[in-house]
Amino acid sequence: MTEINLTVKKLKEKFSNSILEATTFRGEVTVSVAKGEIFEICKFLHSDSDLHYRLLTDLCGLDFFPHTPRFGLVYLLYSMKSNQRLRVKTRVEEMESLPSVESIWKAANWYERETYDLFGITFDNHPDLRRIMLWDGFEGHPLRKDYPVEGPDFDKPFVPEV
Amino acid sequence: MAETRLMTINMGPQHPATHGVLRIVLELDGEVIVRSTPHLGHLHRGMEKLAESKTYHQAIPLTDRLDYTNAMGNNLAYVLAVEKLLGIEVPKRAQYIRVMMAELQRIAAHLIWLGTHALDIGAMTPLLYTFREREEILRIFEEVAGGRLTPTYLRIGGVSKDLPEGIEEKIKAFVQAFPGHLNEYETLLTKNVIWLKRTKGIGIISAEDAISFGVTGPTLRGFGVKYDVRKAFPYSSYDEFDFEIPTGSVGDVYDRYIVRLREMEWSNSIVRQAMEKLPKGPVLAGDPRITLPPKDDVLTDIASLIRQFKIVSEGFQPPKGEVYASVEASKGELGFYIVSDGSNHPFRFRIRTPSFANLGALSKMIEGALIADVISVIGSIDIVLGEVDR
Repeated sequence: MTEINLTVKKLKEKFSNSILEATTFRGEVTVSVAKGEIFEICKFLHSDSDLHYRLLTDLCGLDFFPHTPRFGLVYLLYSMKSNQRLRVKTRVEEMESLPSVESIWKAANWYERETYDLFGITFDNHPDLRRIMLWDGFEGHPLRKDYPVEGPDFDKPFVPEV
Repeated sequence: MAETRLMTINMGPQHPATHGVLRIVLELDGEVIVRSTPHLGHLHRGMEKLAESKTYHQAIPLTDRLDYTNAMGNNLAYVLAVEKLLGIEVPKRAQYIRVMMAELQRIAAHLIWLGTHALDIGAMTPLLYTFREREEILRIFEEVAGGRLTPTYLRIGGVSKDLPEGIEEKIKAFVQAFPGHLNEYETLLTKNVIWLKRTKGIGIISAEDAISFGVTGPTLRGFGVKYDVRKAFPYSSYDEFDFEIPTGSVGDVYDRYIVRLREMEWSNSIVRQAMEKLPKGPVLAGDPRITLPPKDDVLTDIASLIRQFKIVSEGFQPPKGEVYASVEASKGELGFYIVSDGSNHPFRFRIRTPSFANLGALSKMIEGALIADVISVIGSIDIVLGEVDR
């Protein structure tokens, strides 16, 4: 617990304007941050010698439709040094983009591609932002809440165009 | 001097050595790989979307179908996440049974890996041996859970039913015989010159790179990094078992092979310990809002019948919040990130699968290698496309 408190404390010291909230639920610490400094915060968490969050366990999107800002982005970090996890969350509007953290953790390359593919959130400075699960001509982003589970053309008979 | 032109080769998605439907576009200079681009998604079933429209109980069978060689481990990761969200305690006996099943499943998954990996490289015999032992594990699962490949045995709050009569002897017999079988595989491969030549010094990247790519599991431990969720965040009473984390040194294909072999040994030992220490008691938490009543009660007691009906049709409503729970699956860290909005189905159902992250490092691992090495590297990171594509 002390280490996480240290993380939160350090973050609050360094990015006092961007840290919106730090909560603990079931022993998991979540830090909500403003979108503006997300890249700097990630960089700091990764390279600070006390924190050392070197493993990006997961990166995924959330869709809060119809609320705004519409999307959420969750970074789940793990520090081997202190054996602690940290969840960093941020919110982003539908047409906005986020800085890519691919240059910090290489794992983000595919995670961000997946988030782009399934949510339509775009990332700046990503080296290769293509769809990853679905094919290139696919229309829509299936994990959005306004995308039907059965698919948009569920009730239309399938007639391939020749 | 003539100009060098790269040749592009399409490997997969029907290539037998890609362990499913992975397609890799290789750009070659002669036989040396200059660049490679994996294309995923041929097995994408939209599991995360699908689970958002299901109740928490209904999502359990979906998890079996992620990494279909490690169904028990997948069940475990999911139910742990939901239990964490609900904040319920699982009976000790159920925890031990879960450990036992997860470790047997790990052995089974590693046996598939060993057989197919050796087969890819050209040694056919191990496959016949490993599938013989795997069959025994699947028979145990069949008796315990009723299913072999997709047992769906675990429930939120425990396991679906207690161990059947006479299964303990069968598990004990397996545990007794297995070290001998492991020896058998080792005599075929560990000092085999062809095996050594195909695996030593292949697929090496630095440990920092591996961590940066998010590689976990035996593949990461092959690099000498001691990260195992069972030790880092002990779940389901793993802290009460005595086991070690085998690690490699350089992280080549051979190291990963050795790490997995040693892991099977330790898994076998954990199963033995769980058998010896198996406590008595219930196998399902007695929380009437969440767990199903015993079947006998449902058939004789109206209150139980109503409870069963309500739980099956409506599910339950966990508190608002978000949790992440992970287990050490056979391929690495398998985690479920569940966001609850207080309704009876998850608001967000995110699966962090090990194969997806491990596969991300493939391009780096095979850069500058020969085309034949691609086969052995893919085999050594042990991907299952059901889990990569979800």
